[in-house]
Amino acid sequence: MGKVLVVTSGKGGVGKTTSTAALGAALARGGENVVVIDFDVGLRNLDLVMGAERRVVFDLINVVQGDAKLAQALIRDKRIDTLSLLPASQTRDKDALTIEGVDKVIAELKEKFDWVICDSPAGIERGALLAMRNADLAVVVTNPEVSSVRDSDRIIGMLDSKTLKAERGERIEKFLLVTRYDPQRAARNEMLKVEDVLEILSIPLLGIIPESEEVLKASNVGAPVTLNNPNSAPSKAYFDAARRLKGETVEVVVPMDRKGFMGRLFGRRVA
Amino acid sequence: MSLFDIFRKRTTAPVARDRLQVLLAHERSVIGKSDLIAVLQEEILAVIARHISVDRDAVQIKLDRGASFSTLEIDVEVPLDAKMKKPATGAGVPASV
Repeated sequence: MGKVLVVTSGKGGVGKTTSTAALGAALARGGENVVVIDFDVGLRNLDLVMGAERRVVFDLINVVQGDAKLAQALIRDKRIDTLSLLPASQTRDKDALTIEGVDKVIAELKEKFDWVICDSPAGIERGALLAMRNADLAVVVTNPEVSSVRDSDRIIGMLDSKTLKAERGERIEKFLLVTRYDPQRAARNEMLKVEDVLEILSIPLLGIIPESEEVLKASNVGAPVTLNNPNSAPSKAYFDAARRLKGETVEVVVPMDRKGFMGRLFGRRVA
Repeated sequence: MSLFDIFRKRTTAPVARDRLQVLLAHERSVIGKSDLIAVLQEEILAVIARHISVDRDAVQIKLDRGASFSTLEIDVEVPLDAKMKKPATGAGVPASV
C-alpha cells in the first residue's frame, strides 16, 4: 500500500510544481514506484515541467467521471520507467472534481504505486482541499518571505483540520521545505533564516532548496531539476529531501552551485 | 538620520520575523475560535430564551485569549419588564433563528 503525499503551500509561485516533479523523480531514481498527480484543474503545469505536455490524452477529470480508465490516463516518464504522471484537465474547472471520484482514484493509485504525490493548486479552496484530503503526509513549500510564511501557517491549520486523517483524529505528518533560499542574504539578515521560519511554523524540516538558475533551466526544457542536472545544488537538496521522506536520517546542509571565476568576482556583494 | 545610523547595520529580516510572530499569534486565535463563538452564542441564547424573552442583540459574547488564560464574557441585557416564562412552554425549544 503506497503513501499519499501532498505538496502544498497556500501561496502560489513558491515552487510546489517544481518540488513535486523534483521529489517525484528523485524518489523514482531511488527505485520507488511513483505517480505524480496534478490537482490544478484549469491551470495545469506539471505536464509542462515534466516535459509530457504533448503526450496528454486523458486526464484526472476523465478518470473521475468514468470517461477513461486510470491506465489510459497515466503517462509513463520517458527517462525513468518507475515514474508516472496523472495530468489535470486544462479545459474544465475544479467543480468537475468530486470527493467520491478523487477518493476512488487515490485508492486505486495506492494499490499500484509506492508514492502518490499530489501537486496542490494555490489557495485554500476546493482544489487545494481535495489535493490534501487523502494525504498521509504533507510537504509545505515555503519561501523565506513574509507572505509565504503566513500562507503556510494557514495551510498547516487546514492540514490539521480538513484532511481525512485529521477527521479520523489521527495526525498527518507535515514537513517544511524551504525553497529559493539564499544563505548569503540570510547571513546578512536580509532574508528570514531557516531557523526563523522553523520557529514560526514549528513543523520538522524536510530540506532547504537554494535559489538557483538550474530550476528555470530545467523547466525550460521540460525536465525535473533532479533529472536535468542531478549534480546541481537544488538537485542535491531535493535528493536529500527524498531520502528523508523515505525515513533516512540525512544531515541538512545547503548545497551551493559553484560559481565560475567571473561569477565569484562580480557575484559577491558588499554587505 | 543621526550619526549612529551610519554605523548601525539596518537589517530587515528580524523585522519580518517579529511582524510574522505578532500577526500569526493573532490569526491563529481568531481562525480557531470563530466557529466556537457562533455556537456559544446560539446555545446561550437558547438557554436564556427558555426562561425569559430577550432580544437576540441583547446577548453579547466575547472570547479573549490571553497568554496564560482566556476569558469568556457573556453580557445579557434583561429588560425591566421581562416576563418569566413558564418552564413548560419553552423548555428544550431552541431559540428561533
